[in-house]
Amino acid sequence: MKKASALLLAALLAMSALSGCASSGSSDVITIGVFEPLTGDNAAGGELEVAGIELANELYPEVLGKKVVLVKVDNKSDKAEAATAAARLVEQNKVQAIIGSWGSSLSMAAGNIVMDAKIPAVGASCTNPLVTLNNDYYFRVCFIDPFQGTVMANYATSKLGAKTAAIIQEVSNDYSVGLASFFEDSFTKTTGDASSIVEKGNYQTGDKDFTAILTNIKQKNPDVIFAPGNFTESALIIKQARQLGITTPFLGGDTWETPDFLSVGGAEVEGAVFSTFFDKAMVTTSEATKFLAEFEKKNPGVEPAAVTALGYDAYILILDAIKRANSTDGPAIRDALASTSGFQAVTGSTTLDANGDAVKDAVIKSVTGGKFTYLDYVKAQ
Amino acid sequence: MAKVLKSNLAAAIMAIMLAIILIYIYSAAAIKMETAVFVQHMVNGLSLGSLFALVAIGYTMVYTILSMINFAHGDIFMMSIYFAFFAVSSFHMPWVLALFCVIATTPVIGALIERFAYRPLRDAPKNSVLISAIGASFLLENAATYLFGGRPKALPDIPVLTRVITIQSVNFQVVSIVIPIITFVLLAVLLNFINRTKTGIAMRAVAQDYEIARVMGVNINWIISLTFIIGSALAAVGGFMWGVRYPGITPTMGVMPGLKCFVAAVVGGIGDIKGAVVGGFILGLGEIMIVALFPGISGYRDAFAFVLLIVILLVKPTGILGSKAREKV
Repeated sequence: MKKASALLLAALLAMSALSGCASSGSSDVITIGVFEPLTGDNAAGGELEVAGIELANELYPEVLGKKVVLVKVDNKSDKAEAATAAARLVEQNKVQAIIGSWGSSLSMAAGNIVMDAKIPAVGASCTNPLVTLNNDYYFRVCFIDPFQGTVMANYATSKLGAKTAAIIQEVSNDYSVGLASFFEDSFTKTTGDASSIVEKGNYQTGDKDFTAILTNIKQKNPDVIFAPGNFTESALIIKQARQLGITTPFLGGDTWETPDFLSVGGAEVEGAVFSTFFDKAMVTTSEATKFLAEFEKKNPGVEPAAVTALGYDAYILILDAIKRANSTDGPAIRDALASTSGFQAVTGSTTLDANGDAVKDAVIKSVTGGKFTYLDYVKAQ
Repeated sequence: MAKVLKSNLAAAIMAIMLAIILIYIYSAAAIKMETAVFVQHMVNGLSLGSLFALVAIGYTMVYTILSMINFAHGDIFMMSIYFAFFAVSSFHMPWVLALFCVIATTPVIGALIERFAYRPLRDAPKNSVLISAIGASFLLENAATYLFGGRPKALPDIPVLTRVITIQSVNFQVVSIVIPIITFVLLAVLLNFINRTKTGIAMRAVAQDYEIARVMGVNINWIISLTFIIGSALAAVGGFMWGVRYPGITPTMGVMPGLKCFVAAVVGGIGDIKGAVVGGFILGLGEIMIVALFPGISGYRDAFAFVLLIVILLVKPTGILGSKAREKV
């Protein structure tokens, strides 16, 4: 009896080992890793991006005559988990390319892994310059934060006539800290006054109480408050600010554009202004028309978020690069990606610069009537 | 002085008052803080502190009875906020009814965890129970992620509680005042229950020595279950109020408040219910005041709780109100 069960166990183990081999090494499919936060503090952003990637995969399921399979891994909104997740894609799933991640810190955690494995990665909406800097294998289809910071600083000074600003940044998030400092540089340059940033508050991802920072800021009475950061925390900041009687306009970055920002913030986030990548008001390519129509078909009545469009773009850009390289070899795809020029993506014509960053126009949106509405459009520099 | 402080709640409260007055003088003199701003910070701190206090009582009660740290307590707290969310937004209950529903359902989880994760290990080494507690905590977090999704949910506004009142340019939500009141009422009820009722006496007997208590005819399984039920019910009240005040609910949101409330319980003197409340207030006020007085280090405010924990463990390991550690077998 004991012997029989031991044999059975051995057989099962052998089978599981064999099945493991069979599923990975096959070469008649192309696997693309989707590296996004599906749980944790950034889950909403990851979900929006995945929606775009999956839509693109449905519309373009093949390249070089092979089926494209998406392998999703959850980086859990955590830098340490992100490194593990990226390593799993590279080593276990043997992906040919990677898309992601929402959140610059998470993308940066994967940087060395994709570089060492020579697997090209295309970020959809990670905007911190450090993601692609000195990394030949990381690209992105969005603009970067020096531009975004300038856009918002210019909006504050020219449209709102702001002379002073306060900054609230999420210190554990590279995106937020980076964007805040680019805003600060640009704002102080425009106002010509180094002390025009009257107060700077720091918080950690996951914090819920911001009353102390806000009470400090209220005392300084700035003209605008710039608070780039994760959507839940940002919504709570604005909510608590309004409850404390602060009526100052709030400005932020692209991460605010998630439904959760509206649901958590409620009536208090009304009037919040932020920069983002895409709106249906700025359709410039036929791909964008197609994307909007297909998205509407799948999600009637829902407006696609900019990061959904970017997820879609990252996917079709990788497919285009594989086609141009006529190979699934990592370095070959990388070279094709690096030479991307005038690619007709949803979010506009995409040309990647020497760092692998896209140069694109920015959209300014605000919250009106419980919805994100198009406000303005800023040309790329 | 030290001797008075050791045993006297009044002395501890006096010391806190004195600290507040000193902070006020410092804030007015050194950083020119206006009185209204100072009062605003105090209101913010009191409402945060009383939330910590409600949850900290649960830690301390379980510790008193079983001398174990119930690491799942923060996640029970998290679950209660989800229950509040579903009661208000899916079942459209009026808030009072929703609060009662949350108080009725959350203790079930507490009792189940005790029944299946802790009771089988009652005679096992303390480390096993601790590991089981951490396991229960992960189980709840992952169950919540699986059942409710990883994206944040927002408790809808409850106008009666979230309305903002302005007095002399100090703004606060109704709930900020309701929380401390509820905390003190519940504290009084709980102390009365423990000190005056027969079940309360049984509870104290079990805390002293559950073997002897069993021999004396106390139904210790029921008493221990009851401890978890009361602790979870208090966490549920805290959770409901937390959800009203900070409406972003995620499966991992219980971890940080849970750890901080554990610190509050230790700082106040673990094993002492009044101590947990004192610890909660010290933590809440301290966190807010750190940011108010030293805006430059606002990003390190979470560190306050843990630095305080280290200091207390070094200086007075039994906590502010704690009596000499009672070694249990």
